[in-house]
Amino acid sequence: MADFDAIVVGAGLAGSVAALELARAEKSVLVIERGNFAGAKNMTGGRIYVHSLRKVFSDEELAEAPFERKITHERISLMAPDSNLTIDFTSDELGRDEHASYSVLHAPFDQWLAEKAEEAGAEFIYGIPVEGLMKDESGKVIGVSAGEDEITAEVVILADGANSLLAKEAVFYEKPPANQMAVGVKEVFELPAATITDRVLAASDDEGAAWLFAGDATHGVFGGGFMYTNRDSISLGVVAGIDAVANGDCVPVYQMLEDLKQHPSVAPLIKGAKVVEHSGHMVPEGGVNIMPPLVNDGVMLAGDCAMMCLNLGYMVRGMDYAVAAGQMAGKNAARAIDAQDTSINGLVHYVEDLENSFVMKDLHQYKNEPAFLESFDRMFNAYPALARDVMNSMFVVDGSPAAPIKKKVLPKVKQVGLLNIVKDARGAMKAL
Amino acid sequence: MSDMKITVNVDEYLAVNKYEVDEETAHIELVDEPSPAEFDKLIRVCPAGLYKRDEDGRESFDYAGCLECGTCRIICGDTILSKWAYPGPTMGVEYRYG
Ligand SMILES: Cc1cc2nc3c(=O)[nH]c(=O)nc-3n(C[C@H](O)[C@H](O)[C@H](O)COP(=O)(O)OP(=O)(O)OC[C@H]3O[C@@H](n4cnc5c(N)ncnc54)[C@H](O)[C@@H]3O)c2cc1C
Ligand code: SF4
Repeated sequence: MADFDAIVVGAGLAGSVAALELARAEKSVLVIERGNFAGAKNMTGGRIYVHSLRKVFSDEELAEAPFERKITHERISLMAPDSNLTIDFTSDELGRDEHASYSVLHAPFDQWLAEKAEEAGAEFIYGIPVEGLMKDESGKVIGVSAGEDEITAEVVILADGANSLLAKEAVFYEKPPANQMAVGVKEVFELPAATITDRVLAASDDEGAAWLFAGDATHGVFGGGFMYTNRDSISLGVVAGIDAVANGDCVPVYQMLEDLKQHPSVAPLIKGAKVVEHSGHMVPEGGVNIMPPLVNDGVMLAGDCAMMCLNLGYMVRGMDYAVAAGQMAGKNAARAIDAQDTSINGLVHYVEDLENSFVMKDLHQYKNEPAFLESFDRMFNAYPALARDVMNSMFVVDGSPAAPIKKKVLPKVKQVGLLNIVKDARGAMKAL
Repeated sequence: MSDMKITVNVDEYLAVNKYEVDEETAHIELVDEPSPAEFDKLIRVCPAGLYKRDEDGRESFDYAGCLECGTCRIICGDTILSKWAYPGPTMGVEYRYG
């Protein structure tokens, strides 16, 4: 007899939801988390799209979730060193409860999720990094090890995030390539709720903005800047391609963030605010291209450790995928335990469920996108400058005789190359 | 590194983070005499700025401020890093916001 029906490694979104589903199915489940509490080792942008949580929790339960603010303003900027063009979108549709999105901080949010799983009967131990997987003679995973300790289970679910050290043992996945991973660096700025509300023009302290910056935020390197309003703080950061930064002629990522903070269009947002945390975390951006096998004998992978994340330049999405994948992993693990078959054949229904869900459909859909963006230097250099020049020629009035807009704009467009613009637009349509 | 300047002292920001530093064991180690070109990559990608080269060209690395992101492992795990593990039980960074 194994010590537990299931062991989950990692109390992030995928892990806690998987454990919750197992506990609801009356399986004994142990979650092992290396942080001293859920979320203690975790960082995100971030904003969570609520749709996949609605499949796990009732409206009453969700009403108690530690969401920071509902996102009612979507802002995208094309940033040049000396200018910034912003689109601010808001609509009734955007804020509708069924598909709303909320800013979150991992520490409070992951703790809430873990509590929910615990209430349902899952057990948690904290402060212990799992170091290895136990296998039987046939190679089937039968448990985990940490230091001298060994614990066995019918099935092990890996939900250990983007920097999984266990995927290699589980499914022979060495590690993702540097050109399909990004590094995120973020700072949290403390400010009174009302000040934040005023600065982003939100309607109340329950609402806020998501803001993405392309171009000079990363000094032209593949990536972008982001800003999310929390209730009493602002999350501001930069995500940049690891390979692009490592091999580029650029400043370090932490300096990119420092420069973003000083940019005239960002500085007023955080004026007078105190930095209360400086964090770093990786983002998988390759989607389905870099996915490891999702199951093996006795083991399943869910969330970032399975590269279920998308970095589209204008948005990073991984949390709603992690929740959905965790739910499917937990349910299918419980079924496999009931059927007394936790071999790869018993667990493969998890992969089928995923393939039929939005998770894999999205990851397939966008599979050409990162490569397209990665090779799309103009988005990060030429277009922000073009936007600046066009806007300057429209809005700067110096008393010289007015020329038709076309006459002003065309020379700027020619600098980038009309054919390039057409080509990029087509490339974008194809990838999306 | 071209003409772009380093104006920030990241250590000041790391000082606001909460850490339990394992004084006994380093969870990340470099090979002896790492290739300078590889080391340059680490200087650029580490979000905590822990890989440093001073004015005299001396290289240094201090694992104490590590954010445990794994970025250095992805880019140099097969070249100039000889060890990359998570810190031992209860050790390392502890985010309060995340
Ligand atoms: C800068 C940045 C911005 C982002 N912005 C967004 C956003 O706006 N919206 C969005 O949807 N997504 C965003 N993401 C992605 C999102 O954060 C992730 O996709 C999501 O958190 C993945 O959840 P997870 O449960 O798979 O993994 P994680 O949340 O990373 O959880 C993994 C857990 O496993 C634990 N663990 C790891 N190894 C071990 C071990 N050996 N033993 C025990 N425990 C272990 C970790 O401590 C951690 O708690 C962003 C990510 C970054 C870095
Ligand atoms: S794990 Fe991240 S923070 Fe730690 S040394 Fe490596 S790159 Fe720097």
